[in-house]
Amino acid sequence: MYVAAKGGEKAIGNAHRFLAERRRGDIRLPEVSVEQIREQLGLAVDRVMAEGSLYDRDLAALAVKQAQGDLVEAAFLLRAYRTTLPRFSPCPVLDTGRMRPLRRISAAYKDLPGGQVLGPTYDYSHRLLDFSLMEAQAAANVVYLVDKVGTLPSRMPRLTEILDSDGLVETPEPERDDEAAVPDITREPLEFPASRSARLQALARGDEGFLLGLAYSAQRGFGFQGHPFVGEIRMGYVPLEVEFPDESLKVRIGWILVTECVMLSRAVEAGACECGFVQGYGLVFGANERKAMAVALVDRALRSRELGEEVRYPAQDEEYVLRHCDNVESSGFVQHLKLPHYVDFQAELVHVRRVGKESEGGIDEGSSLAGSGQEGR
Amino acid sequence: MTTTPGFPVPNRPEEGGSGPRRVWKGLPGYNVAFLDEVTKRMIRRTILKAVAIPGHQIPFASREMPLPYGWGTGGIQITASLLGPDDVLKVIDQGADDTTNAVSIRNFFRKTAGVATTTRTEDATVIQTRHRIPERPLREDQILVYQVPIPEPLRFIEPREEECRLVHAWADYGIMYVKLYEDVSRTGRIATTFDYPVLVNGRYVMSPSPIPKFDTPKMHRMPAVQLFGAGREKRIYAIPPYTDVKPLDFEDVPFEIEKWSQCCALCGATDHYLDEIVTDDAGGRLFVCSDTDACARRRAEAARGSSGNR
Repeated sequence: MYVAAKGGEKAIGNAHRFLAERRRGDIRLPEVSVEQIREQLGLAVDRVMAEGSLYDRDLAALAVKQAQGDLVEAAFLLRAYRTTLPRFSPCPVLDTGRMRPLRRISAAYKDLPGGQVLGPTYDYSHRLLDFSLMEAQAAANVVYLVDKVGTLPSRMPRLTEILDSDGLVETPEPERDDEAAVPDITREPLEFPASRSARLQALARGDEGFLLGLAYSAQRGFGFQGHPFVGEIRMGYVPLEVEFPDESLKVRIGWILVTECVMLSRAVEAGACECGFVQGYGLVFGANERKAMAVALVDRALRSRELGEEVRYPAQDEEYVLRHCDNVESSGFVQHLKLPHYVDFQAELVHVRRVGKESEGGIDEGSSLAGSGQEGR
Repeated sequence: MTTTPGFPVPNRPEEGGSGPRRVWKGLPGYNVAFLDEVTKRMIRRTILKAVAIPGHQIPFASREMPLPYGWGTGGIQITASLLGPDDVLKVIDQGADDTTNAVSIRNFFRKTAGVATTTRTEDATVIQTRHRIPERPLREDQILVYQVPIPEPLRFIEPREEECRLVHAWADYGIMYVKLYEDVSRTGRIATTFDYPVLVNGRYVMSPSPIPKFDTPKMHRMPAVQLFGAGREKRIYAIPPYTDVKPLDFEDVPFEIEKWSQCCALCGATDHYLDEIVTDDAGGRLFVCSDTDACARRRAEAARGSSGNR
């Protein structure tokens, strides 16, 4: 007996109610607040801001809450909101040398102006579960080392500024003189070959896991011939300015937390670069060193064509990387397979059955045309 | 006003004029039909370009929509940029108005644009579809919007966009014919059963979106304009009304469509695309129309006919 598949509307409504129930969990426990997520799940908020490409800690925290902690879903929520926002103007180039750093390290130099600043890092923590966190901590036991942006150094020169005088490290030239003409991949379609600005934008909001895997593959020989070095990683607050068109007046509108990574590696082909080292660059919103490093490595791998190196592996292939690194796109398309495909599957069935019958023989063209493979009713 | 300050908003339709006009109603905090007017203008310009070069894929700055990529965002963006307050929208998925994603998209436009919706093909001014063309022939004053997963017909032969663009530019479609020929040499037939490549206006090879071969001939010289939106792939293309659309084939292996030995178990139609329903665990099957509107209408007409005869 065939029952028409009506009632999709009601089913969707029920699914949403069920989901809200699952999100809330056990109602005997207090509901988690957006402020708590913003303050206590800061790295999750950072990742959502980066992949959602919108710097707003409150909205990112809301997205984390709404998505039950599914960070890819949360990034999607933020993106779908971001797309409705008007774009006022590009800002003047961020000067990360003016960063008030919470952390700054170089693996290429033992010491450098400004020093090595370890900052809040998991790098040297032993990954042992801290069972004391099972209980809430008394507020008196929490000590703040840095509680104000104002107490941080106000300027820390970037490694590449320092090395500039030696001519050992390349200084990338701006692709265009006009800052306003920097492409915005959210307002113009990404086309290939893509400019480096467009590429770095795509990588900055790309999926952390995908980029990490690609960077790793390049490092294992599927892309790099030499060993890359961490020239510098810095994480901290950078002033964000806007420019008034008429008065050429720059006004600081706030501070944003970013992580920046510069990778140095040798140019393989002689003559590709006058200097000894070329840069791979990564800048992402929030505190996310793993992502910034992966972006810098992938950026370096993607410079292969420009530097005259042979493009053999996925990490070096611009179209492969940039078309597949966005998790809002990839998650949507992979999951669209859940949508009904009855019509296409039926078309395949008709074909497969017909081919099957023909290979068994005995079916002539005329009757096979009329058969779906089913006997009459 | 329910829109956010700073957004350009469309002019309200003039009061009076011919017939009663509906007034825009939308979702608080968002522009009508979700997209801001600048984006809608950008999409309309892309559509105009697409209509001017039938079958050619035009890149556009696709937006993130509140529905996932791969779930119809290209079609949704086209529909959002086209809908006016007087439009009547029909949304189908697999030919049916009541599949969950069709319901979801229809609700999206009801919520964000306050637009009237229908399931009746002839009442709709805009029909957004996934994987089917309605059985009922469309008219000049209707627009058919297709959701497209992969706009590039050459994608599975040549995955690289830069290469594909050259192939299109030179209209050098040899590789496509080689692929079809290889099918014939292996199985005696062309193995492509849906998303069957077509030549539009004698110039561009185009993906008709994953509609079954059964629907492909309906595209040929259709009076309605056909618009194709691929949101994730950021492409829009179009077939203007009354344009030649020819499926690729060979003289000795002509294009042919699916046929069934049975008719629809519900309405008895013999000329509709049929879905197969498994009815029990003994392999019992039923065939029913995929186009739910066409099927329901045939049944209603039959019921009227029999009561009239009494």
